[in-house]
Amino acid sequence: MNLSETAAYLTSSPFFGITLSILCYELGCAVNRRLKTPVANPLLIAVVLVILLLKALKIPYEGYNQGGAVISMLLAPATASLAVNIYSQLERLKQQLLPILAGAAAGTVASVGCIVLLCKAFGLDRTLTVSLVPKSVTTPIAMGISEQLGGVVPVTVAAVVVTGILGAAFAPVLIKVFRIKDPVAAGLGIGACSHALGTSKALEIGEIEGAMSGIAIGVVGLFTVILAPLFV
Amino acid sequence: MRKCGPDHRALYHTCEVLFLKTILQAAFVFLICLLGEGIVHLFSLSFPSSVVSMILLFFLLLFRWVRQEQIQGFVRFLQQNMALLFVPAGVAIMENYSYLKGNVLPFLLVCVISTIVTFAVTAYTVQFTAALQRRRTKPQTNQKEDGVQ
Repeated sequence: MNLSETAAYLTSSPFFGITLSILCYELGCAVNRRLKTPVANPLLIAVVLVILLLKALKIPYEGYNQGGAVISMLLAPATASLAVNIYSQLERLKQQLLPILAGAAAGTVASVGCIVLLCKAFGLDRTLTVSLVPKSVTTPIAMGISEQLGGVVPVTVAAVVVTGILGAAFAPVLIKVFRIKDPVAAGLGIGACSHALGTSKALEIGEIEGAMSGIAIGVVGLFTVILAPLFV
Repeated sequence: MRKCGPDHRALYHTCEVLFLKTILQAAFVFLICLLGEGIVHLFSLSFPSSVVSMILLFFLLLFRWVRQEQIQGFVRFLQQNMALLFVPAGVAIMENYSYLKGNVLPFLLVCVISTIVTFAVTAYTVQFTAALQRRRTKPQTNQKEDGVQ
């Protein structure tokens, strides 16, 4: 019986990555409930925990990702399922179509413009700039745009996740600070700046916020696909 | 006397119960995702299949081919655990840290500032446009609503 060989064998099983991800995430949720501060974001805690564990035990990322890929696969049905939330807000969507489209367009221009300007100000090179441009849209769209413009896709994914965590953690704070009273505006804002991750928070805040955030994922994603190549 | 032929009501009931099973709901949502991927591939769209699937599901709901309750269980399961689904994507940063080395601070600053700006611009634009729309349509509101209903 070879223990280290068995350990290596086990850590490359999909069950390892899945179990580790869920346990770390649940731990993150528990810490978040205890501390009640936006900085203690469950996802952030989970990601840091998993990385530390993998590093400490010298488990290769490829092994973890056997299970990780299974979890990531569920992102597509989760995004698709937002159609249910949008459908349940159909009346509101019809009434406020113009504000929603205007907000999404303005948000896209603000996001892309702001990123390009900031990258110039910080002296980041073109490759990095292009990788950051699509960071406010949902992962699969962002990866596509980044690839198309010649960015580094892993950097884009990192930026998308960091942005998502920021949005999810600070969405309630942003709503308060900017005194956003309209739930449609709040939801669309969350979805526009932090895609599906922000939407997970928006769903917690309220039904309308969740649905509008879901709409923003699609509409802002579409606008970014069209606008991003014009800016860089 | 026993009836001959299938009892349609019982059959219908069985279908209902089966459709309510979460595992079948999952299969249905996965099927929609598969269709989304098919559409993207067929028309070589540069749009992700998840969003195409979202639009597809929206129209299925809109035309009442699918009722919300029929998939609610699996949808709730996915949405309650949405943030968990991003854990592997976050862990992948570990693999690609070398790209960011030396640029971590600007990288984070760009993320923080642009996120705040994007939220504010989007939310204010929605509020402003909504207020504008209300003011525009106010005198004709009654008329319009009568027309719709």
